Amino acid sequence: MLQHYGPQLINLFAAVLLLLSFAMLTQRRILSLINLYAAQGLVLCLSTALVAWLTGQTHLYGSAALTLALKVVGLPWILHILIRRLNVKWDVETLINIPSMMLVGIVLVILAFNLALPISQLAGTVTRSTLGIALACVLLSFLMMITRSKAVPQVIGFLSMENGLFFAATGAVYGMPMVVEFGVALDVLVGALILGIFMFQIRERFDSVDTRHLEKLKEH
Amino acid sequence: MLSLQGLVSQFAVLALAVLLAPMLTGWVNQCRAWLQNRSAPGLLQPYRVLTKLFSKEVVLAHNASPLFRSAPYAIFGCLALAAAIVPTLGTDLPLNAAADAIALVGLLALARLFIALAGMDVGTAFGSLGARREMLVGFLAEPALLMVLFTASLISSSTSLATIVQTLAHREFVIYPSMAFAGVAFTMVSLAENARIPVDNPATHLELTMIHEAMVLEYSGRHLALIEWAASLKLFVYSCIGLALFLPFGVAGPGDWVGLLVAMPVLGVKLAVGGFLLALIETLSAKMRIFRAPEFLGTAFLLAVLAMLVHVLLEG
Repeated sequence: MLQHYGPQLINLFAAVLLLLSFAMLTQRRILSLINLYAAQGLVLCLSTALVAWLTGQTHLYGSAALTLALKVVGLPWILHILIRRLNVKWDVETLINIPSMMLVGIVLVILAFNLALPISQLAGTVTRSTLGIALACVLLSFLMMITRSKAVPQVIGFLSMENGLFFAATGAVYGMPMVVEFGVALDVLVGALILGIFMFQIRERFDSVDTRHLEKLKEH
Repeated sequence: MLSLQGLVSQFAVLALAVLLAPMLTGWVNQCRAWLQNRSAPGLLQPYRVLTKLFSKEVVLAHNASPLFRSAPYAIFGCLALAAAIVPTLGTDLPLNAAADAIALVGLLALARLFIALAGMDVGTAFGSLGARREMLVGFLAEPALLMVLFTASLISSSTSLATIVQTLAHREFVIYPSMAFAGVAFTMVSLAENARIPVDNPATHLELTMIHEAMVLEYSGRHLALIEWAASLKLFVYSCIGLALFLPFGVAGPGDWVGLLVAMPVLGVKLAVGGFLLALIETLSAKMRIFRAPEFLGTAFLLAVLAMLVHVLLEG
């Protein structure tokens, strides 16, 4: 039963992941942004566990558990503490207005699907058609980082980009070796911590976490 | 070919839609009142309002043109025809050959055109304000609705609603991720098109932000009754399109008499659940500023386009 619907369910998870990426792109509130990031982590964890079950790749269970611990519980918790300390819960306007950002997003998705089509035909995995969606998630997170001026949404964009990469790895080659995965997970955790400290420094220097102020730092 | 069963199911669909539409509105109002801790009006309240309005005399403005007088009939006719096309009980509908999903959107647009023209006809400020807002919402909602219908058409390779329902209901169960996207988009479009809460408030005609009520302020008597009836019918039609696309189970195939009888209670249950969910959405969300409506409908359009893209990538 599940063997039959498994690939379809993975496709469904991939579609939900893309939907969440778009939701993050158009979300104004930082608090909801963090919750969406946690939801994305949960979907990622479920789809990884499902791939592990379908293909019998036991090491993928490990990375699913790692995803659950780090991306659903750990990082959102750190981010929640961060925004409480920084006191930045209010709405943040994006640099481009949201309808035009959605149109740019659609163009990115088409681009990603086209790019991934020849690659996914080479892959022999059951999940190969999700590669395009993973690539689209990466590009959408990129777009989110570019179009936000505040530091916290930029960090969330960075973290969500890693989600997209992780999904691409699961989809194309059934995940990376465990050592690499641990390395990446540690990198993301340390990256988030360093960026957190960095944000405090920005605020101390400029009384705001708007990264546009950083432009003042260049020499004339 | 006209078959006896086709004729029977065609008349049943039309009669059911026209007669049951006010009850659906009444049910949604009742659920909403319950959810908001108010004592609810009866399920038959819309019928009582309609009877009252039909027995009242029509008061017309001095400068009302014949268009103003004929618009309610045209609107009601358009929506009744639209209701006759959507396969709610059986897929063997003789009228279905006349119009596919695109023509259905056209019929709904025609009704909107008439109500907007009638709103501007008398020349009051409220009327033209409402008409402009209605056209704003309409021109943003229509492409999204078309995209949703195209996604379903791509899956079943036909734009005829009966064929879509036939394909989706009577074959092996498959999970379509694209239909999940299309479902969310369709919900957003129907909320906007039926003047429901995130976009418009159906419960009041005393607000500056109203859309639908602003256009029909000048109507009275049987004209107003027809317009109210047509509004209920529109909600019914949208609910039925949603059921046909996303929950097409329990609809009778051609030549299936028993299925036709079973389809009626199934439809009733589905509509009751759908109406409750609508009331839930309306209770949980706050009305947004009119300038946020383009963003809301833009999101619906985006989701519908994504549905098509996801279909091409994952299900192609």
